Amino acid sequence: MSCDTAVNEKPITVMLCGVGGQGTITAADLLARAAMNDGYDVKVSEIHGMAQRGGAVSTTVRFGKNVSSMVCDPAQADIIISFELLEAVRNAHYLKNDGHIIVNDIQIKPMSVLTGQAKMPQGIHEALKQLGEHSVDIFDAEAVAREAGNPKTANVALLGAAAKFLPLSEKAWEKSIESRIPPKTLEANLAAFRAMYNKLNA
Amino acid sequence: MSKILLSGNEAIARGAWEAGCDAGFGYPGTPSTETLESFSKLEGVYAEWAINEKVALESAIGFSMAGHRALVTMKHVGVNVASDPLMSIAYAGVNGGLVILAADDPGMFSSQNEQDSRVYAEFAKIPLFEPADSEEALEMTKAAFELSEKLKTIVMIRSTVRISHTKTLVETHDRQAAQPVPYQTSIPDWVMMPAYARPKRLESDKRFAELEECSETSLFNHAEIRDTSIGFIASGACYQYVREAFPEASTLKLGMTHPLPESKIRAFADSVDELYVVDEAYPYLLKGVRAFGIEPTPWTSPLPAAFEMSAMLLKESYGSPIEQNTTALELQKQVAVPPRPPALCAGCPHRVAFNELKRMKAIVLGDIGCYTLGALAPLTTLESAIDMGASVSMGHGFEVARELESKAGVSQSTSNRPVFSIIGDSTFAHSGLSGVVSTVYNAGVGNIVILDNRTTAMTGGQGNPISGKTLQGRQTNELDLPKVLKAIGVEDVVQVDAHNVKAVREALKAAANNKDKLSVVICQAPCVVEYRIHNTVRVVDAEACRGCGTCTRIGCPAISMYDTNIAEINDKLCNGCSQCEQYCPFNAIHSKEGE
Repeated sequence: MSCDTAVNEKPITVMLCGVGGQGTITAADLLARAAMNDGYDVKVSEIHGMAQRGGAVSTTVRFGKNVSSMVCDPAQADIIISFELLEAVRNAHYLKNDGHIIVNDIQIKPMSVLTGQAKMPQGIHEALKQLGEHSVDIFDAEAVAREAGNPKTANVALLGAAAKFLPLSEKAWEKSIESRIPPKTLEANLAAFRAMYNKLNA
Repeated sequence: MSKILLSGNEAIARGAWEAGCDAGFGYPGTPSTETLESFSKLEGVYAEWAINEKVALESAIGFSMAGHRALVTMKHVGVNVASDPLMSIAYAGVNGGLVILAADDPGMFSSQNEQDSRVYAEFAKIPLFEPADSEEALEMTKAAFELSEKLKTIVMIRSTVRISHTKTLVETHDRQAAQPVPYQTSIPDWVMMPAYARPKRLESDKRFAELEECSETSLFNHAEIRDTSIGFIASGACYQYVREAFPEASTLKLGMTHPLPESKIRAFADSVDELYVVDEAYPYLLKGVRAFGIEPTPWTSPLPAAFEMSAMLLKESYGSPIEQNTTALELQKQVAVPPRPPALCAGCPHRVAFNELKRMKAIVLGDIGCYTLGALAPLTTLESAIDMGASVSMGHGFEVARELESKAGVSQSTSNRPVFSIIGDSTFAHSGLSGVVSTVYNAGVGNIVILDNRTTAMTGGQGNPISGKTLQGRQTNELDLPKVLKAIGVEDVVQVDAHNVKAVREALKAAANNKDKLSVVICQAPCVVEYRIHNTVRVVDAEACRGCGTCTRIGCPAISMYDTNIAEINDKLCNGCSQCEQYCPFNAIHSKEGE
């Protein structure tokens, strides 16, 4: 992964995608704050409004010495964090050729599938693996979060997995989570983050 | 002072607050909504949702006339509604500083059109600022208030979705108290009757010369000279795309884009070999540059005329190589991903009215809000959505056409389908009410459904005159819709529980059968998201389910029939609205507790 060397010249681009209501915006905010804590310029771009009603959503976080564009163009994402399998495929073309994609191993069926008008595609895991043996991480973030204490912290577990590939300090991450998450669920969120962070950094 | 992350909208609110602005007025609309919401939470200010953008601007004008600084916020199409006072306040001028935010939506993420509000600034001859990030949004808002009071003019800030909804680092400052500008009677300044408006028009022309000088000297308009073989003129988000795509190129960054700084543009054009002008969705800057007699260098392939700009599109038009992830493109061909458009939420009270109108094969004229989604599968019931309030007035026009046809003895294949206008509570207060008055005045007939979910749902649950709550959380009067309609002169008004299938069905049928009158059916139930409604979850009795698909056809995201021929209810999404239970012809759906 080329993130560490690149950060001073070109910003790091992380795309977070999923389905409206999955918590992509909160996760993007945590990542942005972590980048800010480590002294980087940062931009977070999100789309509100109509798309939020159960539609496909994506948020982009870019950080580095200086960040210009706030959006992610095709083949420009260093990391994609997809909160859902279909959305991982839908957004795969945004991934850099040497980028890394982290995918939550769940499927949320679109309305056309629920009503029987369309079928869920088969072989999503295998298809995503074509992006490169070491470029794809697919895991059940909710299971990890549940094991760590609270299944609702799946979005933070996904961030923990992404953290391995990002040049941000553990302290910056923790400070970010502490500043954004209410005290009631703070421990559960930190545990979910560490569960993936430590696993992948081990 | 350390920097914080603020969206463009939050930064505009903060800038207004720092500038000593005391009041904010607006109407919710993506991507502008959070501006007034965040302003309303700042210390010591007054803020309100008006019923529409025209009323918001007029209230702000009154506040300014009384001597204080006011902020008005709206989305681009809202500026159309507010354009009546906008065009004339541009003559009258202001007392306290007056700043209007127009938030545009290139790419149409949440809008019915892609119009460019900068054209309004040009039309009204008022100054225009275009921030390129949140820090500029804050600084420009402060500068806008200063300029407004200095030159006695309303000032427009034009944002776009990528500025309004992008968080960037911002340095914040303390609030500076603004000195009120005492109101003094001055009839020729404020009464825009012809005799007074003519001199004011000449005055606005004179002010324009001062504004041109302002634009020439504004620090927001500056040339960044790097490699002079290639130069770009850009503003707002497009400036960021230019910097991303061509970091070595020279750039004339424009932040005050009306009036345009002619001398600065000429000097820049002379200093570079190739000159390119970048706009998105409308060639505002390009037209301005051309009006000075400057012809930019042609792109290798023309810039796209519609939708959002991006660094990649700029490179493509310039002829630079474009990166692609061919592996990803290949796998996307192998795995056909079904589209995932937005849908009405599980338990949404709007669903029953649409299903019933579909059964009646009604022609449903729609409006702007969550319920516009009634146009999508599997509901596919709503047949038009043009602008706020249009459903009511269009329904009237449709009925007038039918009456003429009936008199002439002609008919169309659709003539026997009942016509229904369908409109939400907030949209009804915004512009639907006037359509009803006009219909009643003209003795019109027809059918109107008001989907009253007690909130402005699509923009995130803002209060409105029917919800009984103000922007700053005060309890207030609730507009009593049946009483209001009856007072207007609508005799046939029925209010039903929006979740009650039988009641909705009967009310709609009665309205359609009542052909000689204007009928209004109010389907009332609170928005399940905004009011966090959680009733007993429903479950399917697999023994009783015959797999007929009646429940999946109502389009609830919690219900599926997939792989098996038995319906399934997702208990994480279901909030127990009971609509599916009422629709099931085999009594196969029950509340979980009842099992």
